Amino acid sequence: MDLSLSTETVGDRTVVRVGGEIDVYTAPKLREQLVELVNDGSYHLVVDMEGVDFLDSTGLGVLVGGLKRVRAHEGSLRLVCNQERILKIFRITGLTKVFPIHTSVEDAVQATD
Amino acid sequence: MATVELLFSALPEHVRTARLVAAAVARRAGVDEAVLDEVRLAVGEACSRAVGLHITHEVATPVRVTLIEEEKKFSIEVGDDAPRPAPLDLASANGSERPAPGHEDPGADSEDDMGLAVISGLVDDVEVTADERGGLIRMSWPIAPATVAS
Repeated sequence: MDLSLSTETVGDRTVVRVGGEIDVYTAPKLREQLVELVNDGSYHLVVDMEGVDFLDSTGLGVLVGGLKRVRAHEGSLRLVCNQERILKIFRITGLTKVFPIHTSVEDAVQATD
Repeated sequence: MATVELLFSALPEHVRTARLVAAAVARRAGVDEAVLDEVRLAVGEACSRAVGLHITHEVATPVRVTLIEEEKKFSIEVGDDAPRPAPLDLASANGSERPAPGHEDPGADSEDDMGLAVISGLVDDVEVTADERGGLIRMSWPIAPATVAS
């Protein structure tokens, strides 16, 4: 399965819904999307990963890159993920301490801290 | 000792194929279903790393994946033909060793480190070596005891 991306504005947040597999082949598309959003002035991003079937370190690198970009504008990047196999990768790499990870888009959109 | 060998051109789009083949062979060999996600991720990381090294060093040969079914374990070897000195020591994955200063592409190195970190976090039995040909990552998983067919 390839990568699918869609965006939606909710209040001052931009929700990026990601589906499919994020790997060395597809991660550049996600990177382009995040860069484009930040360049267009969207600094508070919520990346909904509920539709993601596979995530590897290349995908993690893109998310970390996105976080760095929004932080340069005092923005935020929150993740939505309930899938244990995806969460495990964040735990292994210690990135659960770097990304706020929420259980629903609604929760992530309302979060302020 | 049953083996399946896979050679693929060092292109990112083929890494998914390697993951699918590795998971299919691991399942057939009797690797626990609960571990198959780890097998898929680990082989994907090793292949992504090999593809990155081949592209960086402009190596034209294919990446080699060998899937080996033994009596009590299932092993995967991912070999690259990239010239050393790429940091191959697993110690470099946790940041205790840094690449030499002046390395051409620090971004590629950090992703490479993250890939090895994921592999070492996922797989208990992993060995990273290098010889005159290139680098080799060998990973093994136990095979679940065969269940009696009903």
